[in-house]
Order: sequence, then structure tokens, then C-alpha cells
Amino acid sequence: MNEIALLVAATLSSGTPLAIAGLGLLVNERAGVLNLGAEGMMLVGALAGYAVTFHTGNEWIGFAAGAGAGAILAAFFGWLVIWLHTNQYATGLAVSLFGGGLSAYLGAGYVGQKLGEHPDLSIPGLRDVPFLGPAAFDQHLLAYLTILGTVALAWMLQRTRAGLVLRAVGENPESAHALGYPVRRIRLLAVVVGGALCGIAGAYLSVVYAPLWVEGMVAGRGWIALALTVFATWRPVRLLLGAYLFGGVTMLQLHLQARGVQVPLQFMSMLPYLATIVVLVLISRNPAWIRLNMPASLGKPFYPGS
Amino acid sequence: MNRRSSLKNLALIAVLGAGTLLACAKEEPKKPEAPVAAPAKPEPLKVAFVYVGPVGDAGWTFAHDLGRKYAESKYGDRIKTTFVEKVPEGPDAERVIRDLVAQGNKVIFATSFGFGDSMEKVAKDFPDVYFEHATGYKMAPNLRVYEGRFYEDAYLAGIVAGEMTKTNVIGFVGSFPIPEVLRNINAFTLGALSVNPKVKTKVVWVGSWFDPPKEAEAAQSLINQKADVLLQNTDSTAVLQTAEKNGKYAFGWDSDMSAFAPKAHLGSARLNWGLYYDKAIGDVLNKTWKTEATKWGVKEGLPEFVALATFIPDSTKKKVEDAKAGMKAGTVAAFQGPLLDNTGKEVLAKGVVGDDKWNGAVNFYVKGVEGKVPSGK
Repeated sequence: MNEIALLVAATLSSGTPLAIAGLGLLVNERAGVLNLGAEGMMLVGALAGYAVTFHTGNEWIGFAAGAGAGAILAAFFGWLVIWLHTNQYATGLAVSLFGGGLSAYLGAGYVGQKLGEHPDLSIPGLRDVPFLGPAAFDQHLLAYLTILGTVALAWMLQRTRAGLVLRAVGENPESAHALGYPVRRIRLLAVVVGGALCGIAGAYLSVVYAPLWVEGMVAGRGWIALALTVFATWRPVRLLLGAYLFGGVTMLQLHLQARGVQVPLQFMSMLPYLATIVVLVLISRNPAWIRLNMPASLGKPFYPGS
Repeated sequence: MNRRSSLKNLALIAVLGAGTLLACAKEEPKKPEAPVAAPAKPEPLKVAFVYVGPVGDAGWTFAHDLGRKYAESKYGDRIKTTFVEKVPEGPDAERVIRDLVAQGNKVIFATSFGFGDSMEKVAKDFPDVYFEHATGYKMAPNLRVYEGRFYEDAYLAGIVAGEMTKTNVIGFVGSFPIPEVLRNINAFTLGALSVNPKVKTKVVWVGSWFDPPKEAEAAQSLINQKADVLLQNTDSTAVLQTAEKNGKYAFGWDSDMSAFAPKAHLGSARLNWGLYYDKAIGDVLNKTWKTEATKWGVKEGLPEFVALATFIPDSTKKKVEDAKAGMKAGTVAAFQGPLLDNTGKEVLAKGVVGDDKWNGAVNFYVKGVEGKVPSGK
């Protein structure tokens, strides 16, 4: 029983960075911008978060720095694809590689450094509840904020004017433009918010999860987060559950190994992508489903004059 | 001259200028002519190192670079060393090695298994340059290999683990199921069993030499299943730091990692490559270099189990010291028959000690390790 509780706890903490980055990408894509630079933004966020936490000793300032670094790289990406109309796919890939290289270059001095002690953030009282305590109430505060943020984002997208405008920009930028909304600025805002969330996800990895900095340490989690947005058909709550599912698959795989059950390592690490392909196939089989789910202008440039 | 071509010329001048500057920077400062009476000083021997990782990795490459510095301090101005870090294994390595030869280096050390093919090719073309390949097996008249018996450190760590475990479950975070790593798992287990027959080892593979978040996850899943002393064959400090977070124990690997987890760190398996670099460079300087495969263990001091935690009981420390002394005297071996694998099959007969050929073919877990070796194919 206790073992299962610990497995649940590990799943929650391994799903959290995927969820944070995934939510950021979801905001991007709901506004019609596909950001393949997620991995690079997570890496610069991871480095900035680690470096600032290292110098200030305060991980929250570190998260803020991670968000800032991700946002700056995202703003650069946004300027390229929204104002200069560069191809979103190619630009995203380039930004991803650029972020990886930049963080490796600037971060060389932080490899092998050590952060101070972590404050214990688990919730006293609740932590001692049998099963639920170790399973759900022994997490970093950011894990709970992620759940709250997911609910808030779902509400914002469906129930508020701001959410409606964001979706309108993603579904039909020409109409939104005709109605007088500043499509390009809204898209840029969405991209910057998305980059900031990717940055926080990276900082969570380097400051809380590993906790250490080394180049390339995000190790593909940005791509998993991208796959997640499709897997979740662009719905925040589904995305959160998907993140826990993908995190859980990894943890279960390691857990089974430790139990002596033989699992093919490579097969398990491709499962998230396989699941994404299955979802893509399912929603693409029916044109009505695609219309219902995928932001209609996703990946397409918008020319305000035309 | 129109504007564009003048710009072009300007760029050309800038490039040429930068090139000249670089060339100047690289060139040795011209020494004043030596006074006629003084004996002619020999040119320093140029020695180059090819590293697979960054020198700041706190692990494998860091340990090699300490070795380079050691050799430099030993030979002073008789040698001149350079290194190239983060060289990818594959075709790029050959280009880097050729470039180093072209720069006048007479000894080349390549410190990763994957550089083997490149070293072999370049060695063929430059018979007057000495090539040294770590953890490799390909040899030629001017190419030889060297490695450490890392598993002896794993055995010593196992003794500490067997004594310190309260749950009798110890854990190992593995990279890839190759003989080198399987030897470490087996030696770790045998070391623990030598002092505590109730010990069981659980193994988790992460499929990477370097993925700190995943190493941390693997360590966590071992701890969740009652493992309370961990060893890893991966290159980061994540396993050690995860043990610290959970109030469990772990070891440093490749270099002294005690600073990363003062409460969890029991000891570190450090690699003193400098001892070999000292010998190899000496061979070249003394003209005694010959093709051979060097494998150094605790006896020669290449792998060294250091920085034992102060809170380890003296009786345990003594057992480690005894085993070390036994390895040096040749009375203790990590792999000594009778030895069974974990399906009960005999893999070493009574009284037989595993030799290098046997070591190279290890593809099983010894008795005491749980689970099955994942098949690579």
C-alpha cells in the first residue's frame, strides 16, 4: 500500500514539469502559434532558474528568473513568426536548438555546483494521513499551483472574455482582426506566456527535481509537452491528466524494474509519442472532430493587410 | 570603387586581420636566442587529450583532466599539454585527432570507448605519433589501450553498503547493460554479501549515461522499494542528491562527490588517471613505449575508494581496509569462484579467479541481484 502511495507521489512530481510546459504550449496553440522551441525555452529556463537560485538561495526568485528567460526567448520567437512571418515549424526548431546551445554555453560554469538545502514544503497534518498523506501531500508547492493553474486556465478559456478573444485569434484571426482586436499583439502575449511557463517547467527540473544543472538536462521533456497538447486535444484538464499519465508511465517502468520485472526500456520511452499518434489518428479521422478540437489557424501565419 | 565592393574589402580585411591575430596568439612566443654556453634545451613533448564530455562534468572527464594536470605538474616544462573537450564519438573525432597531430602533438590520449575507430585510422597514417585509447581494445604498433578495474571500487563500496543497510536491500542505477556495468553491479553485490549474507540488490536501468532527472527518478523508485544504500554507474550527482533528500545513503562515482550530499555520501570511487598518464608520458620520453593493454586496479591505485564518511563505524572501515590490502596483495579478488549467477548456474568454478577474458564476457547478474539482465537486442 505504502509502495503504491509513493508511486503516486513520484508520478505527481514527474508529471508536474510536463504539465507546466504543456499548459504554456496550449496557450500558444490556442492563439494559433505552434511553438516547437519548447525544449530550448525549457533549457534556458532551467539554467536561469538554477543560476539565480544558486546566487540568491531563494528558489522562488529562481522560478521567476526561469520564467523571464523563457519569456525573452519566446518573445524573440514571437517577433520572428508573427511580425516577420517566418515559417513557424522551422523557426521553432531553430529556436529549440539555439536555446540548447545558448544554455550549454552560458551554463558551463554551473555544472557540478550544488544548491543549498531545500525547505520542507509538505503540508503538516495532512502529510500524516495514511496513504493520502505520502501520496498527495508531500509535494513541492509548485505541484499544487499547477493543479490550480490548470483549473484557472480551463475556466479562463471557456468562461471569460479574455479566453474568448484568445480562442477567436486562434480560430479565425481575420475575423478577430476585422472586429478590431490586435491579433498580432495577442498572439505575442500568448507566446510570451507560453515561453514563461516553459521556463518555469525547466527551472522546476533543475532546482527542485534533479536538482542540478547540466547541458541538455531537459532531455526531451519539451517534446513530450508538445505531444501532450495534441494528446489532450487542447483542453487544460485533459492535459494535466495526460501529464500525470505520461509521468506515471515512466515511473511505473522504473518501479517495475526495481521489482525485478523485465520491461523493455526503449519501448516505454516511446509510449508517450505512440499515444499521441493514436490520438492524432483518432481525431483526424473525422473532419468534425478536427474542427471541434484543433485551433483552426494553428501554424498558419497571419497577414493583417490581406 | 562602389560601396558594396568597399564593404566587401573591409570584411576581407577584418577576416584576414582576425586570422593573423589568431595565428599570432597560437604561435609560441619567440624565445630569445639561448646564450652559446648554455646547453640546448630540448623542445617540450606535445601531448593532447581528447575528451568526450565537458571538463566540468564532476565525473568522468573531470577525472581525466585531473590526470592531465597531474602529469603536467610532474613533468613541468618537459611537456606541453592541450585538450579538446566535448568531442562527439564518431566521424568528428577523427577530424579532431588529425588536427591535433597536425599541430605537432606526439602523444594523443582519447578518453572514451567510442573514439576507437577514429584512433585506429589516424594511427595508421602517423606512425611516429603515439596513440593511447582509454577503455578500448583495438591496438596497433603505435596504438595501445588502458583502463581501470572500476569494479574493485564497486566491491569496496559493496562492503560499506552491506554493513550500513538496515533493510538489507541495496540499489543500483545502471546506464546500459554492457559488461563493464554488469561487472560493477555484480562486484557491488558480492562486496555486500561478503559482510552481510542477507543483502539483495535491486537494479534500475535508465538507458543513458547522463539524464539527471531520470537518474533521480530511478533512485527514487529504488528508495520507494526499501533500498537504502545506492550506487550508480551514471555520470551525474543526481542519485547521491536524491538519497540525501530521502535520508538514505549513496556513493560518489568517478570523482570525490562528498560535497554534494554530506549526509548521504558514504564514500567515492575516484579514478586517478594521472598515475597512468605519468607512466605513459614517461614511456615516450624514455623511449620505452611499447604496445600493450594496461589494466590497473586498486593495487596500482588507479581506482581508489576515498572520502569514507566519518560516521561509518571503525569496524566497517577496517573491513574495507582489509579488502583493499587483500587486493593489493592478490589475496582478495572481486570475482572468485565458486560463483553462481542468479539463476543458480555456476559461472566460475571453485578456486578460479575471473580473468580479463572472463570479465569481458559478463552478461549475467550474480546470485543476490534481483531480476534479469535486459537483452540489448
